[in-house]
This record gives sequence, C-alpha cells and structure tokens, in this order.
Amino acid sequence: MSEDFLVVKNVSKSFAGIQALKKVNLVIRRGEVRCLVGENGSGKSTLIKIIAGVEAPDEGEIIIGGKSFRRLYPIDAIREGIQIIYQDFSLFPNLTAAENLAFNYLLQKKQRSVNWKDVQKIAREAMKNIDVTIDLNRRVEELPVADKQLVAISRALLHNARLIIMDEPTTALTRKEVRSLFQVITKLQREGISVLFVSHKLDEILEISERVTILRNGQNVADGDRSEFDRNKLIFHMTGREIEETRYQYVPRHSSETPLLRVDGLSRQGSFANVSFCVYPGEIVGITGLLGSGRTELAMALFGLKPATRGEIYLNGKHIHIRNVQDAIRHGIGYVPEDRLTEGLFLPQSIGNNMVASVIARLKKKMGIIDPQKRDHHIERWIKTLKIVTPSPTLPVRSLSGGNQQRVVLAKWLTTNPKVLILNGPTVGVDIGSKTDIHHIIRNLAQEGIGAVIISDDIPEIIQNCNRILLMRRGRIVEEFSGDQITEEELARKMIGGDGSEPVSSEMAFV
Amino acid sequence: MNGIFSRNEAFVALIILGLVLIIGSINPNFFTLGTLYDLLRSSVVMGIFGVGVLMVLVSGGTDISFTAIAAFCTYVTSRYLNSIGFEGSVLVAFLISGAIGVLLGLINAILISSFKLPTLIVTLGTGNMFRGFMLAFIGTKIVTVLPPGMIRFSRTEFFPVTTLIGGTNGLSAAVFVLLAVVPVTWYILNYTMLGRGIYAIGGDRVAAERAGLNINVIQFFIYCYVGFLAGIAGIVHSSLVRTANPFDLVGTELSVIAAVVLGGARITGGHGTILGAILGVFLVIIINNSLIMMGVPSYWQSAVIGMIIILGTSITALQSKRESRVSIVDNQ
Amino acid sequence: MSTHFSSRTPKTRDSLSLSRLLGILRIDNNLLRLLVITVAIFVVMSLLRPHPFLTLRNFRSMSYQFPELGILSIAMMLAMLTGGIDLSVVGTANLAGILAAKLLTTLSPEAAGGHIALLILGAIFVALGIGILCGIFNGFLVAKIGIPPILATLGTMQLYTGIALVITKGYAVLGYLEQFLFIGNGVLWIFPVPLILFVLVAFIFAMVLSKTVFGFYLFMLGTNATAARFSGINNTLVLLKTYLLSGFLAGLAGIIVIARTNSAKADYGTSYVLQAVLVCVLGGINPSGGFGTVSGLVLAILSLQFLSSGFNMLRFSNFFKEFIWGLVLLLVMVINYLSTLYQSRRQLQKTREAIAEVSGGK
Repeated sequence: MSEDFLVVKNVSKSFAGIQALKKVNLVIRRGEVRCLVGENGSGKSTLIKIIAGVEAPDEGEIIIGGKSFRRLYPIDAIREGIQIIYQDFSLFPNLTAAENLAFNYLLQKKQRSVNWKDVQKIAREAMKNIDVTIDLNRRVEELPVADKQLVAISRALLHNARLIIMDEPTTALTRKEVRSLFQVITKLQREGISVLFVSHKLDEILEISERVTILRNGQNVADGDRSEFDRNKLIFHMTGREIEETRYQYVPRHSSETPLLRVDGLSRQGSFANVSFCVYPGEIVGITGLLGSGRTELAMALFGLKPATRGEIYLNGKHIHIRNVQDAIRHGIGYVPEDRLTEGLFLPQSIGNNMVASVIARLKKKMGIIDPQKRDHHIERWIKTLKIVTPSPTLPVRSLSGGNQQRVVLAKWLTTNPKVLILNGPTVGVDIGSKTDIHHIIRNLAQEGIGAVIISDDIPEIIQNCNRILLMRRGRIVEEFSGDQITEEELARKMIGGDGSEPVSSEMAFV
Repeated sequence: MNGIFSRNEAFVALIILGLVLIIGSINPNFFTLGTLYDLLRSSVVMGIFGVGVLMVLVSGGTDISFTAIAAFCTYVTSRYLNSIGFEGSVLVAFLISGAIGVLLGLINAILISSFKLPTLIVTLGTGNMFRGFMLAFIGTKIVTVLPPGMIRFSRTEFFPVTTLIGGTNGLSAAVFVLLAVVPVTWYILNYTMLGRGIYAIGGDRVAAERAGLNINVIQFFIYCYVGFLAGIAGIVHSSLVRTANPFDLVGTELSVIAAVVLGGARITGGHGTILGAILGVFLVIIINNSLIMMGVPSYWQSAVIGMIIILGTSITALQSKRESRVSIVDNQ
Repeated sequence: MSTHFSSRTPKTRDSLSLSRLLGILRIDNNLLRLLVITVAIFVVMSLLRPHPFLTLRNFRSMSYQFPELGILSIAMMLAMLTGGIDLSVVGTANLAGILAAKLLTTLSPEAAGGHIALLILGAIFVALGIGILCGIFNGFLVAKIGIPPILATLGTMQLYTGIALVITKGYAVLGYLEQFLFIGNGVLWIFPVPLILFVLVAFIFAMVLSKTVFGFYLFMLGTNATAARFSGINNTLVLLKTYLLSGFLAGLAGIIVIARTNSAKADYGTSYVLQAVLVCVLGGINPSGGFGTVSGLVLAILSLQFLSSGFNMLRFSNFFKEFIWGLVLLLVMVINYLSTLYQSRRQLQKTREAIAEVSGGK
C-alpha cells in the first residue's frame, strides 16, 4: 500500500472552450490534512468535481488507492472512499436527520427497500462516530446550521471514508463551531483519514493544514508544507501580486459636527437591546460579533427590514422613523446585504437594471415613465467610477466575477446618493484582489463624507478598514475600540468573550 | 414518519368530522351505510387521480395531463374491446388502458427529463395533444354500450343494504381498485428507495444528484406510474357512469390538485402523504355530494369548494409565515 | 499587455456600443423567431387557401375572434411576469360579465333616451369594478397572506365561478341593448371594436411594462423577490397592483365576451385559462418570471389565430387545432431550450473573451 491515497496527474478540463484546469497535479497522503487554496474562479471547485466524479477530465489521470481511473463516476469515487461535504451541506430539508444520514448509505448499498429500524440504527451509529447527539427525528429544515453541518459530516463518515473533502466548510459557522469542526478534523486524521480542506480564509488555512496546494487561473502555482507559508506568501500566490495591508485613517473634520447617524437605545424583541452609537461623516464604523450576536439584526433594523421596536434613530440630528425599507432609502440609508446572490442581485437581469433598481423611482418623468437618459447616465457614471469590468451594461450581471458583482451592488446604493451606507459582510466570497479594491471604494466614499458601517466577523477586514469598532455580544454593544488601538488577536479573543458558548436566547428572553 | 398523523392531516380529518356532524344533524339520513357507499364510490376516480397527483407534487412537479390521459385510455380501450367483440374480464380493460397510460406518461417523462422543461407547461401541452389527437383522429362519438366486462364490473357490489326508497345499495367493486392503489403507492413512497428518492428530489434536487440518485429514472417512473393510474381511473370512471365519453374528465384536473393540496401536499415539492391526499379528496367529495343533503342547491358547490381551498391554503401560508418567524429567533 | 493601455479607452467605448447593438439583436432573436413562425403560418395558409384566407371577410372575422383571448393572455402575462399565475382570469371575466349583464337586463326597460348611454357606462363600470375587486382579492391572498399564486387563484377561480353560478343558478343571462352589443360586434371605420380595444390594451401595457417604474419593478420582483425587497421595492404593493391590473383586464374581456355573444354564462370559455397560459409561453413569457414582452405575446396570439382560421378553411376539426396547439407549445419549448443552451454557451465564451480584452490593460 503506497503512502499516497489520491494522485491527480496532469488533469485538464475546459468548459465551452474556456480552460478551467491546465495540467493540474495534486497528491494527498493517507491521514494528511491538505488545504486547497485559491480565489474564486481559480479552478478549485472544478478540481473537486473531477475528484468526485461529477465532471470528467479532458485529459489526465486520477489514481485512487493505487487504482487508475481515466473516467471516474460519482459511484466509483464513493466506493473508493471519497466523500464530499459541500458548502451548502447537500442535505434534504424535508427529510428527518435520521433519514438524511441513512439515505446515501442505503443508496450505496443498492438497497431497494427501506427498513425504518435500520435507518434509525445507521443514524445512531453515524452520530456516535463523532460523539454528538442531535434530535434524529426532526426534519433537517428545522435544525440550526451547526447541526446541519454535523449531519453532513457524520453522513460522510458512514461510508468508510478514506478522504473527506470539505468545500468552504466554515462559511456558515460561528468561530466556536469552527473550533469544534477543527477538533473533528484532527480526530479524523488520527484515524488515518485524509482531509482536503478547501478554503480561502487565510487564518483557517494556516491553522489546520499540514500541507497547502495553491491554484491560480486553473494552474498549480505553489505546493508545500504549511511551514513554508505565511499570510503574505499565501496572498501573493493566490493573487499573483503583493497586496499591502494598510489601516484606514479617519480625519475628523470639525469637532462640533453633528453625527450623521445617531442611534439611541434601539431594541428589538429577541434580537438586540439598548443599542446606542454614532457615526460621523467620514467615519467607517465596524460592528462585529459572533454569528447570532445580533449584528445582522441591528443592520436590518436600521434598514427597515425588521424595524426596531424601541429606541430612536437620528439622521443629521433629525429624529426619523424607519418602519420599512422605503423609509430607510428615503432618508438616505443604503444596505449592502450579506448574501449577494440572493439578496443583492437580480442575477439574470442586466448589469444596468441591477444598478438602477433602487434609484429608478427618482428617475421618472410624468406618469411614472422612466427617463432613459438619466438612467443611462447613472449606469455609465458608476461603471466608470467603480471600474466595473464589462463589455456592456446590457449583459446579465450573472456574467460578472464575484468582485465585479459586488461592485454592482455597491453601485445600486451609490446611485441613491446615500448618507449612510451599511455593509454587511461586504467581501464575503470575493477574491482577495477585488476585496482590496472594494475596501478602497469604501474608504473613498467615507472620505467624501458618507458614514459607513461595516458589519463583519472578518477580523482583519474590520481592523484595517474601521476607525472605530463596536463589539456586540448577545444583542448588546459590549465594548468599543479605536481601530488603531487593537490587534487582531485581541479582537478575536474579545469576540468570543467569556466563553461565548451560551445561547443567546437565555438572556434575550428578558429584552 | 412522526406518528401516523401529521398536524395537517389531523386538521383535515377534523374538518371532515365537523362537516359530517353538521350534515348529519341537518339530515339524519346521512348516517347510513348507503350514504357511505355512495361517498366511497364517488371518491374512487378522484382518489386514484389524487394518489398520482400526490406523487408528482412530492417530486416537485405538477401534472395537468392526467385527466386527458384517462379519457384517452378508457375511450380507446372501450372502442377497441368493442371492435373485437371482447367479452372477457374487466382486468383486460384495466391492463390495456393502464398500458396506454404508461405510454402516454412516457411522452411526458421524455419531455420533462431530457429537455428539462417545466412540468406544468409540458403537461399543459401534452394534455392538449392527447385530447386533441383522440378527438380529431380516433373519434368523438360517445360509447354508450361498454364492453361486457366493464358492465359486469360496474354492477358488482358487495355487502348490500336496503335503501330508503326500497332498492338495494352495495359497496361498489370500484372501491376495491382504490383500496388496492392506495397501499401499493403508500408502500412505494414510504418503504422503497425509489419512493424516498421521490421525496429526496422534491426536497433538494441538486443534493439528490450528488448522492448518486438517477433523477431521470425516477422521473420516468413517476410520470409512467401516473399515466398508469390515470388509465386505471379512466376505466373505473367509464364503468361507473356506464359510458366512455371522450369529453369527460378533462377540466377536473385542477380540482384534483386542489384536493391533494388541501391534504397537505406542497406545490413546491418534498412534502405530502398518501393519507393527506386521500383525506383531501374525501373532503372535496363530501362537499360535492352532500350539499344537497343539507338543503343547499348544487350550484353552490363551486363557491364552497373555492372558499375551502382559499381558507385551507391561507391557514397553511400563515402557519409557515409564523414558523419562519420563530425559526429566525431560534437560530440566534 | 501594456501596449493595450494607450488604446484602452476608445476600445472600451467601441465594444460598448457594438455589444449594445448585439444585445438588442440577442433579445430580438426570440421575437424574430416568433415573427418568422407567424409569417410562415400566414404564408402557408395563404398559399393553401388563398381565396377564403386572404379575404377581408376572413380578416374581419379573425379580428373578432382573438381579442378576448388576447386580453385574457395579457392579464395572465402580468401575473406570470411576477413569477406567479392567474388561473382566475376567466372566472373573473365571467363574474364581471354576468353582473354587468344583470344590470343591463334588469334596468333596460326603464332606461330610455339619454339614459341608454348612462346604463351602458354603468354596466362597463360594474364589470371593470368587479374585475378590479377580484384582482385585489387575488393580490391580497398572494401578497399579504402569502399563498402560492397557483393555489390562491385556483381557489378564487372556483370561488368567482361559484359566485357567478349562484347568481345565475347556472342559467345564461341573455339579451342586451343593441347599443351595448356594439362593443362586441361594432365596426369603427373598417376596424372591429374588439380589435381596437385589444390594440389599445396591448399598446398601453407594452408601454407600462417597458417604460414605467411599475413595469421595471414588476420585472425585478419576478426575477428575485428577495433582492427586490432588499432594493427597497414594495413587493406587496407591486403584487397587489399586478393582480389588480390582471383583474381589470379580465373584467374588460368579460364585457367584450357578453357584448359579442349577447349572453353571459358562468362557465363560458373555461378552456381559455390554459390557452392563455399557452399563448404566454409561446410568446416567450418566462413561466418562472422576470422576462417577456407584449410584442412576443401579440405575435403568439396572431400565429395561433392564423393557424386556427387556416385549419377551419382546410376543414380540420377544432380538436385537430387543440392537438396542434399542444404540439406547437412543446416544439417551441424544446427549440427555446436547445437554442438557449447553445446561446448561453456562446454568450459565456464571448463575455469572457470580451472581459479578458477589456481588462487586458490591467
């Protein structure tokens, strides 16, 4: 038995004439934790699909456990012990946790009938594998995200897995859940199971991996022990350029200026309580905290999606009421949502239409008729200002890269000429090159006098871009830092707080 | 599999119970074995259709061609059997009709799985085609004398009781067709990997694909099975009304879907049970058949059913709205 | 790569205008195909039966036939653009027609002289008002309660038809003022009144959809309701307005129907519901919402009318038509599927190449 479990040799793949992978190599040893790193579009997901047998390579060879495959089918991959945990978990929301655990197993065993006692037995066994208990008879759609992931992981382990591929597994997890995921990975490793950890979160890569493989534009660019890499080196290989990490310098204009946005004692039952803070023109205020700390709910309240039930909001010193999104927009508040694809964009619609979706009501002549000149003016102006790379604004926004898509979302709000721009996870799923560009855009906007609020748990992002940082825990603002006074390590520790494990609801009941 | 009754089914059962009590208190004649026999007999055709519709809805699709398939199958079968002077058992009629149904279902399946077209639109098109083809190329004359086997089938009754007006009324043999279809389909949906696969693709198609389910095979099965059931239901219908009328049945498809949805199946797929579907059908049939017993003129039928659909779907919609609100808080 | 830099700005502008042109052509591709189909059917029918087909009489009779279905299809289209469907259009039309007919038949003896116009206006007002009410109720169920449109309108279809049945006890309401029948049978210059009404409706709604803020919102909502909400679009209001307009058009169709047939029945034209869906799909309205044009729909209804008239002249039965309609629908869907498959592949490649070129200077 050789030491290498999986060998991917000179694999190439193109879609409709576009080369997604060019002679890519990857070797994974038994019991190794390997990170596959690359920006969006680097070919990571194509490579995973090929290893899973979902896509067939145009050329090259895949050797699993010494057996060579020219064409691998999903069923072969599974039989050879390759299991994939997808980013969206790939569970059936309408079935119980138990059935989700057993379903794929029974399918692999070519069972034709279903014995519900076996299903329960298989499910209990699966849970025992990773020492956790969840209610097996609840439907998966009723489970919290972390439990869904546990189901996905224990399902993967049921198949005598030799290699588990985790595709961006931490996207939906809180830091604490990431911790326990890492424990699971270590446990797997001790049992001789290899893990391929696919990610673009640098901290996680450096923490969990033994060896790192970096892809860029469908090609291998670096491969080696973790000890050979640090943050900057990873970034350099992923992007092909050096990116300087700087901090945002806020220059207060007048000491007596009224704050753009002032929030006083804002509360919403079950979400957040007694939140007060100010944003001055030119400031970038970061609001951070764990998932479920109330940060997203606070943003949604400010934008009228789930209005606050108590407290006051002042804009330029004027008391305003935000009961719905229309109110928020009328007062000059914009919101870049967390989930770009479902909340931010109309994917099949044109870039231009996406950009004017929020401002269009102001571009009408008589009888609700849109002024096409004003519309096109807005579109052209912001394509140029934000350097959106596209041959034409009539193309569907789907055709753009993640970074350009996010610029379109930004443009949608900038057309409305907002006073306050709330950005929730502004660079989630955006490659590092575009990430820096988007940060520059936000900084420029702030310098022009917009008040920006970044909501994120990406600690480097918060520290580098915010001159003030508010930390939320269990629905309340618990601490405030100045951006240049705190280090990443400190902030990370403070975020988790005491132990950060108690559920929100126990305290929230009193809110 | 949380207990036998899910909330939705219990709810529909309660409505049925309430309705029965109301009808019975207005007209005590309602509580007779004869009425029960009548209701059961009238439920057979819609019940078989409902079972098929449920399977399609669970898989995340919609089928509105099944009534056209049923009319086609029974008309062609009756004409064919008459033309060869066949005098044997009704089973042959079921077999032929069911086979034609499978073939027509196959056309749906091919269009749906190879061209990935929306099921509603495909079955809208094929429904038109099947009916148009039958009426244009096979015939428009109503078959008033059915093959002897079907006539015998329609006269077969069990456990006779004397009715109020002196005649006898028995449990129609047709009811046993439904009693066969229901457990078979129930077994398929709950105790085979194929059935669970139908739930799986209705729940998350992509996940089903990744798990290695062959979605094409499952879709072929679903639409052929529904075609088969439609063929069976067609023969039952013709036998019960003692004519094979090519103009019959088409136009009732939306009511069947409504009945199944009342029983808790979701139009978005993944959810629904046989029990619920059957209860939904019973509810609609009881309303259809019993308004007169309550002294309500029959032209109220449509309005009452409409109101029940609106009420039923409103309650489900409001419930799921509240549930989603709760779950947001839970996830914190 | 730096050589590109100097020529970058003009190049970008160049490719902008070029691809804009291409973009228009691309959108027109679907329309073009429909146009070709429509013309082809017209030519074939003209060649096969030049005498009756190419006569003024035929054109006139055709232009009495399709406006009802045409207006109902536009009503259906509005709902489909939001990603919904309105199965209640025919139920609404019949209910509106019946109430207008009731008004006309119960009041007509007393109405004399100058009151005739008032009475007719009253009937029109009642029909349109009922249409709007029915539409608002649909909108309420869909937007406020949150019932899937197919179920909500399935229920209201039964309800509206049911109310119509209860009002008429299943009988037809017959015999109106001659002046009222003008709406369904009259001619202005050489154009039949129903045709004029249809052209007006089609024009107005083409403008509303393509030029107004409401139209823009409709398309965005139909594409992605969540993103619409996050963009500040008041989804509830847009949906309410959409179903209101759909109901209004159904009411208008109801007037035309009773004026043309001189009778109002609760179960008139029930097959129109699915036919309207068919016209929309043929006309390129995306059943999942967000895309479609009135011009596509107009071409679809014209081609179906030509086909239908032609078949009549070839002495094909109505049932053969039904068969062909189903076949055409499926063929169009399959062709659309295959061509978008091909197109999107090419488009993706072109886009990538173009982007690579534009960003080449970086």
